[in-house]
Amino acid sequence: MTANGWLQFAIYSLVLLATVRPVGIYMVRVFEGERTWFDPVLRPLERLIYKLSGVNVEQEMTWYQYAYATLGFSAVTLVLTYIIERLQAHLPFNPQHLANVGPDLAWNTAVSFTTNTNWQSYTPESTMSYLTEMVGLATHNFWSAAMGIVVAVALIRGIKRTSASTIGNFWVDTTRALLYVLVPTCVIYALLLVAQGVPQNLHAYAVAHTLEQPGQTQTIGEGPVASQEAIKMLGTNGGGFFNANSAHPYENPTPFSNFLEMLSIFIIPAGLTYTLGRMTGSPGHGWAVFAAMYVLFAAGFGVAYWAESHPYSSIHGATVTGTATLPAGNYEGKEVRFGVADSSLFATITTDASCGAVNSMHDSFTPLGGMVPMANIMLGEVVFGGVGAGMYGILIFVVLSVFIAGLMVGRTPEYLGKKIEAYDVKMSMLYALIFPLVILGFTAAFVLLPNVGLSSLNNPGPHGFSEILYAYTSAAGNNGSAFAGLNANTWWYNVCLAAVMLLGRYMMKIPVLALAGNLAMKKSVPPSPGTFPVNTSLFTVLLIGVVLIVGALTFFPALSLGPILEHLLLKSGQLF
Amino acid sequence: MHSTATLEVSETTNQKELQRSSTVHSVWRTSIRYTIVTTVLLGLGYPLLLTGIAEFVFPHQANGSLILRNGQVVGSELIAQSFASDRYFHPRPSAAGNGYDATSSGGSNLAQSNAKLAQRIQGDIDKLEKENPGKPVPIDMVTTSGSGLDPDITPDNAYFQAPRVAKARGLAEAAVRALIDKHIQQRQFGLLGEPRVNVLELNLDLDSMSK
Repeated sequence: MTANGWLQFAIYSLVLLATVRPVGIYMVRVFEGERTWFDPVLRPLERLIYKLSGVNVEQEMTWYQYAYATLGFSAVTLVLTYIIERLQAHLPFNPQHLANVGPDLAWNTAVSFTTNTNWQSYTPESTMSYLTEMVGLATHNFWSAAMGIVVAVALIRGIKRTSASTIGNFWVDTTRALLYVLVPTCVIYALLLVAQGVPQNLHAYAVAHTLEQPGQTQTIGEGPVASQEAIKMLGTNGGGFFNANSAHPYENPTPFSNFLEMLSIFIIPAGLTYTLGRMTGSPGHGWAVFAAMYVLFAAGFGVAYWAESHPYSSIHGATVTGTATLPAGNYEGKEVRFGVADSSLFATITTDASCGAVNSMHDSFTPLGGMVPMANIMLGEVVFGGVGAGMYGILIFVVLSVFIAGLMVGRTPEYLGKKIEAYDVKMSMLYALIFPLVILGFTAAFVLLPNVGLSSLNNPGPHGFSEILYAYTSAAGNNGSAFAGLNANTWWYNVCLAAVMLLGRYMMKIPVLALAGNLAMKKSVPPSPGTFPVNTSLFTVLLIGVVLIVGALTFFPALSLGPILEHLLLKSGQLF
Repeated sequence: MHSTATLEVSETTNQKELQRSSTVHSVWRTSIRYTIVTTVLLGLGYPLLLTGIAEFVFPHQANGSLILRNGQVVGSELIAQSFASDRYFHPRPSAAGNGYDATSSGGSNLAQSNAKLAQRIQGDIDKLEKENPGKPVPIDMVTTSGSGLDPDITPDNAYFQAPRVAKARGLAEAAVRALIDKHIQQRQFGLLGEPRVNVLELNLDLDSMSK
């Protein structure tokens, strides 16, 4: 570990902190339908979209109408992407003449991008045409991000409204998230990325005659990368234009582009904590939630950075690490321009959120360093989390926290003036239980089936178990990062991972909307001396405790069979 | 107004059902229309607009930061290519395809506990120690990068290779080291990332210094 590494972490934290309030306030304006700077340009476009799509702007939706619209829209866009992939050879923008995508891979990929997971069982630069990337996949990066944000906003409305049967209009919310939040930011952001070196073109791959042997050629994959890269990061999607994702020099050419990419993962989720505080009239509560998230984030980075800075001598032999220009650390799967500090930071951020982009190969991390990304996803991606998904995820834990606090003092729990009753706790528990059930269930099944599960492994020993566990954790958490040595492009993995991604997205979103609808219907009760305040540091500590206890109780046994066992054996010098 | 309570109840249920079924239809209709409209906007309008702007404002970067020599593309500033002879600086080992395959990027994904990784690293160390005896081997020389296309090496790595390159080209080692110094890119804004040396640019300069 170096002072410069920690300094980069500190700078990142300060810049993120500075964005929270302005971003949060801006989103309040967008979703309360107030005027924004972009109104003169975007308001006519917004009206045109409503007119062309037949959206009734005045209609307020109940929670199940809202959920139904979410599902219907997801289904239509899922089918569209599947069709494009299956027909790409006959469609335009395919200068490399890539073939149609096979049915199981096309299904897995369509589900993956619809659910904001962006799990990739394929090598994009040799599989997907430019049309598939732009129209089939990047569009989902916008849509699924917008749908995450609007569900969080609907839940916040549910907390805020009293005796109301509705929680907003899905189409209006989605359109405003797209037009006022995602698109303008992406245009500026993508141009910054191009300036740093990210390509943006539509021509065939370049062919270079290499310097040492001009007779030999190197074909260099390119394409409309920057436009996709921007929304890939800002929407916490994470699906790379290239197989190496943000480790690829064309996706992430410089330390500054890397900084922007890390910032863009957290900027919306962090801002939403302020939106929560502002919309519910309790700014202190927003900051208390932010603080809990920040503590978990910093702890994760500390562990990952420490572990990656201490490589095992049994592996790295006589190499020397730790000179003035080469900080000590495990460099397998890492890029020189990022080094150990920025690779550890990126890995922590991308799994705290449901992003899943990677700038280094998690599969080659040290056991404990690689456990941090996995554990982050297992905690439910509530450390800032995915755009919107992190906010509604942490609110589930907030409900559980006030419920537990209520149990301790023997009173009916309240949250911001709403009584938390049996139905609310049931919905929260449903959310909290589906997640480990699918992860552990599928992992156990695949570990027991040699021809289905184990034949895809890239590494033997406990790390092989970790590869399967990571895959299902990533799919259920809609993260998309991987211990990428696992060959997931088989019929069984494609189909089962797709099922888990669907369960992890919609079986968790529907209870959230049900909770939103139920909270909106309640009357507001004034705070009493027995009310547990949710804007104090005590609340922050309790919230961290609940997140950690729920996560640890559920997943510690599985982690002890994977990374923890691997660490202990490796320390005693055992290789596999 | 209805006279009996039962009628009123059934009436509201009917209305509710009617309302619900009309919502069901409108959701599908709206979904399809909304998908078409936003696909045109986000899937075509947005990337094509950006391509236009990028080609105009940053044509070099937008087209892959390619390097031309005598009208021929020799590579990209950002993409590592294979160098094997003693006359050139070598990039890091690559796990992209069969090595430096820029249509199949990726890392080795070997775990720290995998004996294959330990053997590969030890094999590379043994070779490198012969090339420059007594000097410790920088770790980035024997580890594959995440992309397999890492265009950079650490300054330590470049200095380690300097005696070999100088000997093969009949240059003074000091001259080669000076060239390396010229090519070290410090942390961006003095803060971000790590110091590095771009291998292809260094080799191009090396060629213009001694053919």
